[in-house]
Amino acid sequence: MSSTPPSSAAPSLTLPASAPGPLISAAGLGVRLGDHWPIRGIDLDLVAGQVVTVMGPNGAGKTTLIRAILGLIAADEGRVERRADLTVGYVPQRLVIDRVLPLTVRRLMTLTKRVPVAKIHDALAMTGVADRLDTPVQGLSGGEFQRVLLARAIAAEPDLLVLDEPVQGVDYAGEAALYALIAEIRDRLGCGILMVSHDLHVVMSATDRVVCLNGHICCSGAPKDVAGHPEYRRLFGPDAGAFAVYEHHHDHDHDLDGSVIGGPEHHDHHHH
Amino acid sequence: MDDFLIRATLAAVAVALIAGPLGCVVVWRRMAYVGDTLAHGALLGVALGFLFDVAPILGVLVTTLVLAVLLVLLQGSGRIAGDTVLGILAHGALALGLVAVGLTQGVRVDLLGYLFGDVLAVTRDDLILLWGGGAIILAVLAWIWRDLLALTVDPDLAAAEGVAVPRTRLLFILLVAAAVALAMKVVGVLLVTALLIIPAATAGRLSRTPERAAGMAAALGAVAAVAGLQASLAVDSPAGPSIVVAALFAFVLSLSLRTRT
Repeated sequence: MSSTPPSSAAPSLTLPASAPGPLISAAGLGVRLGDHWPIRGIDLDLVAGQVVTVMGPNGAGKTTLIRAILGLIAADEGRVERRADLTVGYVPQRLVIDRVLPLTVRRLMTLTKRVPVAKIHDALAMTGVADRLDTPVQGLSGGEFQRVLLARAIAAEPDLLVLDEPVQGVDYAGEAALYALIAEIRDRLGCGILMVSHDLHVVMSATDRVVCLNGHICCSGAPKDVAGHPEYRRLFGPDAGAFAVYEHHHDHDHDLDGSVIGGPEHHDHHHH
Repeated sequence: MDDFLIRATLAAVAVALIAGPLGCVVVWRRMAYVGDTLAHGALLGVALGFLFDVAPILGVLVTTLVLAVLLVLLQGSGRIAGDTVLGILAHGALALGLVAVGLTQGVRVDLLGYLFGDVLAVTRDDLILLWGGGAIILAVLAWIWRDLLALTVDPDLAAAEGVAVPRTRLLFILLVAAAVALAMKVVGVLLVTALLIIPAATAGRLSRTPERAAGMAAALGAVAAVAGLQASLAVDSPAGPSIVVAALFAFVLSLSLRTRT
């Protein structure tokens, strides 16, 4: 990255709020850990109304990329520009709420911002946990908690939603419904969505753009195109394309029974 | 009621109202020993107050605030383990304080008074400081409350959604330092932490939201303050420890309440 300035202090610039274009824009982004660069040379634009999914094997730097984009860790190279007054909703990969902290779902919903009660109800209803409003968060199951966290992130209607492995703890049947929900959130809120997933089966259907990461961006583009990309197949094995080209159309009919999921043996597409 | 008893009650209630909500966050953030460390430094503040001929409370306030900043810097550097930093600062400051008190010749320092508090000797000026300072502490706490709760739940989530995490952390520990300084006269260096965490621990068990816990901790602390003072008068026990014992009774009671539900 000889083109980037040697000053390692990561400039976090602010784009004017009115400017059309990306919500967040990373250029030549690199993060160093000792001698090792978990990610390097990343160019990535996040725009409103688009779901970008970052995929990659373990240790590919997915979470590092998310953290750098969010400004939680400084860039050692390149830069991350964010639009002025950008509001972010974030669902971290792992969140454990200490038992000693008394917290109901209702209170968790307004953790970082005030939100009108009606919007709290809407968000919880959307993710299917409206009946949990007054439950202590420690009394939720893993899947319920994940849905509540998603509801919390969307209740304030952020410009950008960032989801690090959003279906953790959600049973297999619920996964497809949750991904469909994420696409619906994009349509309803018009927000940009950045998510991390290694769920080859179902993630493609809810994604506008796939970024295939392995320290650097191996390939990126529409799910169909990426699935056929040799780099992608090299990274995820020869069967990956079979998973990946599975598409289902957004008729919003599928529900929590997850019946729309097609495994590899079900795929009936013309790709090879 | 005698004047001194009214003043003592007002002072103890003020400290309880400050310590309750602050103590809740101390408990949730698992910072009990931070309170202790700051309190240990208070004695050094007393000695410095005598040395520079300023009011002891001012010496204590400056010392605890400096300790708080040192704590944040040392723990933030990550080069020394967090509990080691606490141990070094707490006992280093205590030892320095004892040495400094020993060197303060010609002035009789009432060591016991600072270790266990001397709430019956509270003056009008002390009261003004307690209630004025307490109001400022609680106002700042209310101002940072949402951010503080958010970073207590998850610092990354809070930072990602726009909370100024390092600033909020620093402000909070400065508030604790100021509260410790104010509480010292009432319960003494050794028992300041007790007043921070015991009512908070009780309230946390009985509340469903952080805000209710904060309010309940303040109320429980205030009840313990009044009850403890009355008891100390009735059986002639030391006032500060009696207040802490009253708070302890409430906590033990809450344990039995919980098992019944």
